[in-house]
Order: sequence, then C-alpha cells, then structure tokens
Amino acid sequence: MTSEISRRWVEVGFVVLEPSERTAHLPEDTQGVPYYARVKGFAEGEPEVGQTITVETLIGRRVEGEVLRIDPEYGHSFGRPVEELIDAGREARALLRTLEEER
Amino acid sequence: MTTLVANRAYDGVMRRQGEILRTAVGIDYDRFRQGRLVFDYEGLMAAPGYTLEQIVDIQAQCKVGKTPMLELRNLTRLARHFAAPGMGARIFVKDEAANASGSFKARRASLSVWHSKRSGYPGVIAATSGNYGAAVAAMAAMHGQRCLVLQEVYDSRGLGQPEIIEKGRACEAYGAEVWQTTVGPELFYIHLLLLEETGYFNASLYTPFSVAGIQTLGYEVGAEIKALTGRAPAAVVVTHAGGGNVTGTALGLRAAGCPDTQVIGASVDLRGLNMASDRDFNRKSFTTGHTGFAMPFLKYPDRTDVPYNAARPLRFLDRYVTVNQGAVFYLTQLLAELEGLERGPAGNTSLAAAFKLAQEMPAEEVLVVQETEYTGAGKHPTAQLTFARENGVRVVRGPAFMNVPGEVIAIPENALDVVYEEVDLGRIRTSYLGGQLARVGVEGLHQLTEDEVEYLAAETHLSVENCLRLLSGLK
Repeated sequence: MTSEISRRWVEVGFVVLEPSERTAHLPEDTQGVPYYARVKGFAEGEPEVGQTITVETLIGRRVEGEVLRIDPEYGHSFGRPVEELIDAGREARALLRTLEEER
Repeated sequence: MTTLVANRAYDGVMRRQGEILRTAVGIDYDRFRQGRLVFDYEGLMAAPGYTLEQIVDIQAQCKVGKTPMLELRNLTRLARHFAAPGMGARIFVKDEAANASGSFKARRASLSVWHSKRSGYPGVIAATSGNYGAAVAAMAAMHGQRCLVLQEVYDSRGLGQPEIIEKGRACEAYGAEVWQTTVGPELFYIHLLLLEETGYFNASLYTPFSVAGIQTLGYEVGAEIKALTGRAPAAVVVTHAGGGNVTGTALGLRAAGCPDTQVIGASVDLRGLNMASDRDFNRKSFTTGHTGFAMPFLKYPDRTDVPYNAARPLRFLDRYVTVNQGAVFYLTQLLAELEGLERGPAGNTSLAAAFKLAQEMPAEEVLVVQETEYTGAGKHPTAQLTFARENGVRVVRGPAFMNVPGEVIAIPENALDVVYEEVDLGRIRTSYLGGQLARVGVEGLHQLTEDEVEYLAAETHLSVENCLRLLSGLK
C-alpha cells in the first residue's frame, strides 16, 4: 500500500525578545540584536518560505513561526583537510617508530 | 496549543522562577537551607533517595556505564620520551563514548529521566548546547518520555556553530523537539516559559539526580584501575565546565576507596572571549569544557537553572589547570593516529593536560583521563578548524604562547609544546568566599558563626584553619 505524504518537514523561526525586551548587562553587540529561536516540525500542505505557519514538532507540540527552510538540510560536515594536523600526526608516528627501533 | 512566547514579559517570567523550578524538579530546596549562608549539601545530595547500587542497576538498563578502560600505551611511551628518567605515569582513558548517545553525559541524564518517568512528569526539558541534550533525548526515547532540548546555536547572522548543530541533529535523531536560539543568557527565560507551559521535568545538569549519575563513573575508574594495576590511580584528570563532572567523579572515587587519588580539573583556555557576545560566539572552537563556563561556576556555583547547584567543584578539586585549543586538537590527532581512537575533541581537554601531567609523575603511577566523547561531522577537529579559519581565526603550528582565543590557534610544533597552565585555586577560593559573604551582607570574619566558617571550609576544600586565613585576608 502506498500513501502520499501531504505534509512537509520545515524549519520555522521567530523573535523571542526584541532588543528592547532583552535582559540588561549584555555586551553591546548582543544587546543590539533580537533574541531569535528556530524549531523544526511538520507543516500541513505546501508551505512557502517567509510565510507564518504553525508546525507540529517531533513530540506533537505546535509552534508558530516564519518558514525559514523547507526540507532543511543538516549542512555541517567534516570540513577541509588541515595540513597542520596531518603533519603533526605523521611526525608523532615517525618519532614513535624511532623510539621502537632504539629499544 | 500554540506557543506565543513573544507575549510573555521577560521580567514577569523571571520573577516566577522559584515557583516554576520547584514544580519542575520536585525538590523543595528551602528544606535544606540552614540560615543565611549554610546549605545542607549532604542532605540535598541524599534527596533523590537512590543508592549507588540502584543507580548502577538503572544505568545498566539504560545502556549506560561499564565502559572500556583503555591503556594508552603509545601516548605513554611518547610522554616518557620527553620526561626525566623514571618519570612518565601510565595513561589510561575511560572510553565514555561507548555509552548510549556517545558521551559520559548519558550517566547524568539516565537518573533524571528515570526519575521523571517514575514521578509522572509528561516529559523532560534540558537547556544545553552540549552532549547532554543528546543524552537526555536518548534516555527519554528509551523510556517513552517526550523531550525538549534548548540550545544556543546561532549568531545574529544565522551562522551556526557546527559542533552544536551536530548535537542538535543527534537530539532530533532521538526524537526530541529542539529549540535553537541566537546568543544570549535568555535561554533561561525560554527554559522557564516552556517548563511552565508543558509541565515537564527540568532535567537540569545541576540537580542531585544529574550529579549522582556521574558517581558511577568515578566508582568504575577507581575500581577498574585497582583491578588492572593493583593500585589506586594517583590522579584523575577531569574536563571541567559546570562542575558536575568533577563533583560526581570525586564522589565516586571516594566510594571506590580511593581517597588519596588527586582530582585534577582541566579546561580549555578561552579567556578574553565574552560568552554572551554575539561576535565572539563563533570565534571559539570549543563549546564546552572551557574557562568561559568553568571560572564563573567555580566562583559562584549557584548561577544555574536550579536554586542550589549540586555540582560544587571547589569542594573536590585538588588542582585545576588550563590547556590551549591548539594542544587539544593536537592530542585529538595523536589519539587517532597513535592509539586508533577517533574521539572528541571536547572530551580530549583532559587528555591534553594528562599528557603533560604524566611526564611529571613517576612511571609506576597511573593517571586516568576519565572520559571520551563520540566524534563526527561538526565535532571533528577538521570541521572545527575549517570553521575557525572561515571566521577569521588563524591556524598555525607554534608554541603554546602563540595561542590567542578568538585570534590564533597554534597546533604544537612537537609534543614538548603541549603544556598546561596551573590555575591558582587560592585566588578562586578567595573570590568565592568574597562573593558568598557579599551576597548575604556579611562584612567580615567577625560576623560569621562557627557553623558558617565550617561550611565555608567544606565549600572551599580547606581545613577550618586555612579557610580562616583566607577569610581574614578578605577586604
């Protein structure tokens, strides 16, 4: 049996506190920007980026916000090779080999 | 029910925190208050009512504990090469990555989530950008509890710290709802709001449940090293941030009959970076185990999401050292290439310190690094160093002094460049004592009762005599 999925996994965001509502004693750079939160969940129908909608989260709660991303990708990666670390590892292995030969 | 957080005034929510937290933890902290200053710490720690044996049983059911104790023979050999003859302690590591969810944080989460289920809470909330989120989410998944995790992830440009994005992914993989915020201490405000709205249990890192869960780690370290080597560990190095790891490990070592084992805290040195700064946020390569948490928590442990912090590292630390970011990345690489273990990097903070500390200890002694954590996309050194470079941080080879948090990460040119910096615990204790007295409006030693001095001595891991000496020196 097949079923058509009629909902999309999206990320919504919303301002929690405007700069004027934020706690005192913040560094200037933080004080000047809103306190913002993002949550992911299922949207009913076909959401559009920028639209304000309510999503249902993984635990069944409903959260309202502006659609930031549809099918949001986990974009984090292992990064690029770091030659400084490659060298460090090779040098340590070479030293260990020398120590073993000396034994 | 739709969340409309923006309509709840900040000050009003913060004023309700006492009431919200009491309901959400189920502990009446006032019961343990003994006057203006003294708090019955032992009474609070006994409040959960679980014996060490019961905690071991609960954790075994939750796929937590009994992790491998591994001897790092090649790193020990390398350390001995740089040490004086007869020096160079054997280095062991407790492979905590083997716990369900991949870090020692599962020990902290296991008892909290177990207790929340048994007490009838409909779910659990944890405010954490660290491995603890995945730990709570994994435990909640096992117990059929709903789980909400709150993380500080993004700067105001919407650029996320890759390590925290990975931790958020893990939480979602275990079925949690994850709130990812921009930089700011107002995470606590959202935490309170959501506790109130959901009626969930506050799986705080700082309850006695959380700290009691770590005792098994210290216990296993003590018992396993005795069984493997016939002697207690001379020292255990603990990555130190909020203080729970130090506290629980030290209590567990005592329970294992290792009262003379030194407990050495180690943090990554991020001095100079402001932890509440939107700009500094993405200029650090370590999101936990660093001085940005460790120093304030040592000086004032009760700056948390519970009325009284069960994690009190100053009570247990024999020594406290810092290491630089470059040294931790270097040891992470060596752990992979010399020992075949890809772990961390955050869990390798204590490893970097241990590598140098071992060189200063006799070869027959044993030094234990008491945790590892799983590694992966975002967490791996290549991910963090790529991100650092993209954010204007220079990555070079060089000696320790070249490291400037937020500016330069210097990967040691050789193993001799791996050094630690000793933190003067006397100064930390003085700062703690000054703060405690100021908060209750006591102006000096002459206004303190005998009970209060005894309490402050226990709080600072000092004899009454030595504590009196520090107190009399306070301005």
